[in-house]
Amino acid sequence: MVVPILKQGQYLIASIQAALTDADLLKMRDALAEQVGRFRSRGVIVDVTALDVMDSFAARTLSDIANMIRLRGAETVIVGIQPEVAFSMVQLGLKLEGVATALDLEEGLDYLDHKTRRINRAPNPFTR
Amino acid sequence: MRPTLLQDDIRVPITSDIDIVYARQKGRELASQLGFSSSELALIATAISELARNIVRYAGNGAIVIKLVERGEKRGVHIVATDEGPGIRNIALAMQDGYSTSDGLGLGLPGVRRLMDEFEVVSKNGEGTTVTIKKWLR
Repeated sequence: MVVPILKQGQYLIASIQAALTDADLLKMRDALAEQVGRFRSRGVIVDVTALDVMDSFAARTLSDIANMIRLRGAETVIVGIQPEVAFSMVQLGLKLEGVATALDLEEGLDYLDHKTRRINRAPNPFTR
Repeated sequence: MRPTLLQDDIRVPITSDIDIVYARQKGRELASQLGFSSSELALIATAISELARNIVRYAGNGAIVIKLVERGEKRGVHIVATDEGPGIRNIALAMQDGYSTSDGLGLGLPGVRRLMDEFEVVSKNGEGTTVTIKKWLR
């Protein structure tokens, strides 16, 4: 199942619709890293609301995505981790350390607005 | 006391990453028939996912067998992951948190043990690995 990636202004939103195989996750990772450049996006939201399992591979891939996107000069936030998924992640020992998370899409957009405001509004030192 | 089988077990052959998804969905489906909570179902599905991934990653192929069992007053789900891969050379080491042979992620078997009520691993060098896990209904 291919994860649809929507362009919303300066952001990309990857909206996971159903259970993903490892290969699907890697495809999403590569697509996001590529599209952030193509669309010159400032931020990426990965919406995992539909995921009923987050195992070590999925968590590691999300962490890789956040790191890759940061290296590409944009911000990432993971939204919609369900309570029972969060519970099993904690039990398993998956912390997603260093990865921004938010309750839902709306909070995720707020987070990105806040994180990228400085970049957007900084005056260009080379113009008067 | 040996647990008795409540119904036919389900056997999912594991050869690729698609089977990982299928195995955990089957496990969730079967366990939900016993009335596990959604949190417990997530734990069970996650444990199956980890074991199935170990099969794909280390052995190439194997199987996950899922059964509903009864032991005395208790009912639960019983999952056996088997492969005929290279086996685990040092089980004590593999059971230490932070140890992983392939990706340095430092998870795997110790994490799976925390998700479940019972955990057993049997492995012979060169002959494969069998991991048995159980979760009882509270």
